[in-house]
Amino acid sequence: MEGWGGIGVMMAVAIGFGISSVILSQFLGPSNPTPEKEAPYECGVPPVGDARERQSVKFYLVAMIFLLFDIEVAFLYPWAMALRDLGWFGLAQITVFILILLVGYIYIWRKGVLDWGPESDPDYHVAKVLGPSVVKRYRYGTGN
Amino acid sequence: MGTSAFDAVIPVICVTLAGLVVLLAESFRKKQERMPLGGLALIGLIGAVIACVLLWDRNATSFGMVTADNYALFVNLIILTVGILTVVFSQHTVERDGLPAGEYYALLLFAIVGMMLMVQATDLLLVFLALETMSIAVYVLTGIRFNDARGTEAAFKYFLLGAFASAFLLYGIAFLFGVTGTTSLDGIGTVVAAQSMSGNPMILAAIALLIVGFGFKVGVVPFHQWSPDAYEGAPALVTGFMSTGVKAAAMAAFARIFLSSLEPMITDWAPVLWGVAAITMILGTVVGVAQTNLKRMLAYSSIAHAGYLLVGIVAGNEVGKAAILFYLAAYALTNVAGFAIIGLLGTKAAPNDDLRDYAGLWHTHPALAGLMTIVLLSLGGFPPTAGFIAKWYIFSAAVGSGYYWLAIIGFLSSVVSVFFYLRIVVMMFMTERDARPVPLPVAASAMAGLAVTVAAILYLGILPSRVIDLAAASISTVF
Amino acid sequence: MLSLIPLLPFAGFLVNASMGRRLPKAASGGLASAVMVASFLVAVQQVWALAALPAGERALSQTVFTWIASGDFVIDLTFRLDPLSAVMILVITGIGSLIHIYSTAYMHEETGSEFARYFSYLNLFVFFMLLLVLGSNFLVMFVGWEGVGLCSYLLIGFYYTKKAAGDASKKAFIVNRIGDYAFILGTLLALVTFGTLDFQQIAGQVAAMPPEVTFGTFSLITLLLFIGATGKSAQIPLYTWLPDAMEGPTPVSALIHAATMVTAGVYMIGRNAVLFEAAPLTLTIVAVVGALTAIFAGTIAIAQNDIKRVLAYSTVSQLGYMFLAMGVGAFGAGIFHLFTHAFFKALLFLGSGAVIHALHHEQDIRHMGGLKAKLPVTYWTFLIGSIAIAGVPPLAGFFSKDEVLFYTFYNGHQLLWVVGVITSLLTATYMFRLVFLTFHGEYRGPQSAQGAQRAHGAHGAAAEHSGHSEHSVHDAPPAMAVVLILLAIGSAVVGFLGVPHALGGHNQFGEWLHPSFVAPAAHGMAEAASAADEASKIALERLLMAISVLVALAGIALAFGVWVRRPEIADRAAAQFPGVHRLLLNKYYVDEAYDAAVVQPIHRLSQDGLWRAMDVKVVDGAVNAAGQAVGGLSAVLRLVQTGSVRSYAASTFLGAVVILGYFLWR
Repeated sequence: MEGWGGIGVMMAVAIGFGISSVILSQFLGPSNPTPEKEAPYECGVPPVGDARERQSVKFYLVAMIFLLFDIEVAFLYPWAMALRDLGWFGLAQITVFILILLVGYIYIWRKGVLDWGPESDPDYHVAKVLGPSVVKRYRYGTGN
Repeated sequence: MGTSAFDAVIPVICVTLAGLVVLLAESFRKKQERMPLGGLALIGLIGAVIACVLLWDRNATSFGMVTADNYALFVNLIILTVGILTVVFSQHTVERDGLPAGEYYALLLFAIVGMMLMVQATDLLLVFLALETMSIAVYVLTGIRFNDARGTEAAFKYFLLGAFASAFLLYGIAFLFGVTGTTSLDGIGTVVAAQSMSGNPMILAAIALLIVGFGFKVGVVPFHQWSPDAYEGAPALVTGFMSTGVKAAAMAAFARIFLSSLEPMITDWAPVLWGVAAITMILGTVVGVAQTNLKRMLAYSSIAHAGYLLVGIVAGNEVGKAAILFYLAAYALTNVAGFAIIGLLGTKAAPNDDLRDYAGLWHTHPALAGLMTIVLLSLGGFPPTAGFIAKWYIFSAAVGSGYYWLAIIGFLSSVVSVFFYLRIVVMMFMTERDARPVPLPVAASAMAGLAVTVAAILYLGILPSRVIDLAAASISTVF
Repeated sequence: MLSLIPLLPFAGFLVNASMGRRLPKAASGGLASAVMVASFLVAVQQVWALAALPAGERALSQTVFTWIASGDFVIDLTFRLDPLSAVMILVITGIGSLIHIYSTAYMHEETGSEFARYFSYLNLFVFFMLLLVLGSNFLVMFVGWEGVGLCSYLLIGFYYTKKAAGDASKKAFIVNRIGDYAFILGTLLALVTFGTLDFQQIAGQVAAMPPEVTFGTFSLITLLLFIGATGKSAQIPLYTWLPDAMEGPTPVSALIHAATMVTAGVYMIGRNAVLFEAAPLTLTIVAVVGALTAIFAGTIAIAQNDIKRVLAYSTVSQLGYMFLAMGVGAFGAGIFHLFTHAFFKALLFLGSGAVIHALHHEQDIRHMGGLKAKLPVTYWTFLIGSIAIAGVPPLAGFFSKDEVLFYTFYNGHQLLWVVGVITSLLTATYMFRLVFLTFHGEYRGPQSAQGAQRAHGAHGAAAEHSGHSEHSVHDAPPAMAVVLILLAIGSAVVGFLGVPHALGGHNQFGEWLHPSFVAPAAHGMAEAASAADEASKIALERLLMAISVLVALAGIALAFGVWVRRPEIADRAAAQFPGVHRLLLNKYYVDEAYDAAVVQPIHRLSQDGLWRAMDVKVVDGAVNAAGQAVGGLSAVLRLVQTGSVRSYAASTFLGAVVILGYFLWR
């Protein structure tokens, strides 16, 4: 088990710190609740409606796509650092990598994932015919 | 670096390229435009088959993480066959049911890429990556009918539980790395063989976690519960694909890790797998008896089959290893054909997958009823079908290693399982239906594919020796 | 050449199965019969070639291909013809051909596609049966064994619109599966013990080892195999399917359930004679079970009223004789009885088929009588068959039965001999009861419309023959008559193949078979008995022979007295001993006992209305209580599948905990 001692100490410290800060704040902090303080915090504005609102799926799509290309960049960085050692072969490899992701990019682009805004969607025009309330629901992703 | 460094991944490259091309084609497809996407997929898959055949006996490796030994190639050929058959059967159904064709074929191909890599991987990290590649594609395929509540529910359940099980697997890999200091299978094998690890709690924990992770993918009790739901919710053709391809890939990787790297620990893990195999065979069969939905029934049947496969791993002898490969081949052909028939008979509007829907099939679709009978007999292990030889082979491996009870449990459960297979046969041939539905048209290509598959099932049942020889030859390079 | 024998019927099956419904009836029936005759001719030629070899080396074999080869586990698909399988293939192809020809006339009422279906099944059956007897190892035999079971299932349920036929076919299949299970266990154990499944190699290995005195591996293997045989060959306790199997068409009963398939168990024991001889305990069990079955079924046969059921119980009883012979080590005698029985029992079944055919599917002998004049051919051939089975010299049954009984006595099983002799009395009695009630006396059938109604009820195909009565009764058409006459001649003369030494013969049949029952190395080592022994043996044999002839004649006389001279005796006896009569009429309530002990409890347990689920419970219930367990367990376990993701995850987690716990606490 030698060599593992440090990890044990590290874990103990981490857990201890977490627990002790919660407990200490209970004891040390002044407690003086008022109704305003108990209310959910919404940038100084009184809370309106339910916090559990449906969001357009596009937020998630964009988040996922961001993650994907973020990782691409994360791979590019170490490659750039070792550019000279890897040579042309390395360049070819990273190009293939980028090309593969590019196919995915073309796909999401053509499928309209990047078209934010309802006007780009043919279904929107259908919604517009049905009246403003439908458009509103559509815009906020609760329709459809 | 010469080109030979890529040899081992050429089959994978073929399939990947096909997937990318399909995805690109789909991107530029106009609405309502028809494209031969299935044909594109077939080209890639057949290219991969050719590559696999050419690589036979060459023992190529790439990047120190991917091998193309005969074992991997054998399983890859099974997976590719499953893929080709699925594409052939899907052509008609995808169009009829309005499934998103581009996504369907692309996901199919990417799943196959994952499966092939998983079988070829010689590093635990690559195993994990491949497993995730495969799984994510299959999750989406499960829910590809996104307007169908059952399909979506099934996909979501499968996804959540799959992520849960992946965590176990990853945790197991981490433990194994912690003990041995490497994730390479060879490296782990060397370390485990060199030291007596039997009492080491870390490695035992790693083994337990790996069993959970792989057991989930293979679908053995008690990690099986996603499979009836997912198999029922997914379109039948996808079910056929994932009940064979996923199982074959996961089983092959499972066997590779346990029978090569962890082989020195066999006395530790064999009893665990013994128990898992026994309850899997029993539970899969017993619960299958109560099912009235055909897809669910076959789902339980495939759980039981996973149990039979595990018997091969438990046996751990030469016969057992070859038997796993042969069993995978026999089972893959049979199950793909079975689900294909269900898929061909069901539509989006009427799934037609209840036992009652098969009453009098003999009168509406005599050819399909005949083919289905052979498929069911093979699943039940009747001679002269592939299923019989496969079971015989697996059980003789168990008996050879002294696991008499496991063989007896296997025999008993296959006897019981005969009941629910024969029930379908009885339904098809001997029960009349009051209101007979208009027979669905079945595409000639799908019919031809089915006929070839069933012919192959009979071939494996009557003249198995060539394939058995191949299986025996493929294991000699690994274990 | 050898492989042609099974392949010809298989080709017939393929043609009839694929395009039979488009062929005219004459073509499909003719083709099926033609391939059988061709197969028979090839078989004769092959046996001829076999006979030309010197006695000790009579074996022809042909390896078609290597079926399974994995390391030292090699199974070839090899056909081997030796004296024993020669007898079997001649019976199968010869009698099979006759029955095919007979069927072309018997089944003429069926529609073209049904007709083709019938012949395709029949040809397939012959193929599997030939595979069973020609296979040189257990696995090939097992394929045939399962295949004939499948065909038997299909043919019993041939009239699948009839519920009784469907039930009977399932019963046959299920009961057979129980036996098959034991059979495959025995095979596996043999594989583990000997490392091979080849009959000759096993015999060679066994011959080198001393026979077992106590219960050991050999006993277990042979016992398991014998349990398999009790299923296939309808012995206690798995015989109940055979009488029900009579729901199939009558030629099927003749071919499968009298002449060939049901004798597979006997053949299997003969094939493994060396192995069984090394396990004397099992042999004793075989003998006792055989004798008990013989007398048990014989008593039941006396009280049955359905012409085919009487014959079915008679078959069970005669099979009992064969097992008795096997059990006392008289393998040659058992096979000889199998051989002669094939002739006269096929004859009797086909004769009963002619009667049933003539009376438009009337099977109850209480509604027959006086048919002697109207069906002369059927009557005389049936009579010959009955005399043969009763064991009156010089017909076939006499020689074979006496050989069985003699060896039973000679090998020291006097008690079983008594049982056998009583059975012989019963045989003569019930057979002649059948003859007298069917062909003698007054016609007791319905005179007009009433009969037509019954016929309707019995079978839909007879619908067009409305209003038949006594005057529409007709004798067998030519195709059937010829077959009956040929079989009658066979029943009369085949016994002369095995005339015992005691009657100045040489028992050629026994000598021909002898090499098949000894290990390969032991050829020509038959023990030489001294002249004095031989003389006393002959005297004993003559004595026993006289006794059993007297017994047979007594049985015939008894039947004559009771059912012809004074028919009221039977009624009075039935009235005087109502209990006994009911017991016999209801077949000792065995079906009811199985029903009450096994089937009913399961029925009660499953109230969910899934009547189809009953089947499985009956299947397994018949083995033991496992059936209940499966059904109940299934219903309970499916509740575990809740559909909730959390419980699924919990199950996965629990599984992980259990495995980890095992590692921790083992």
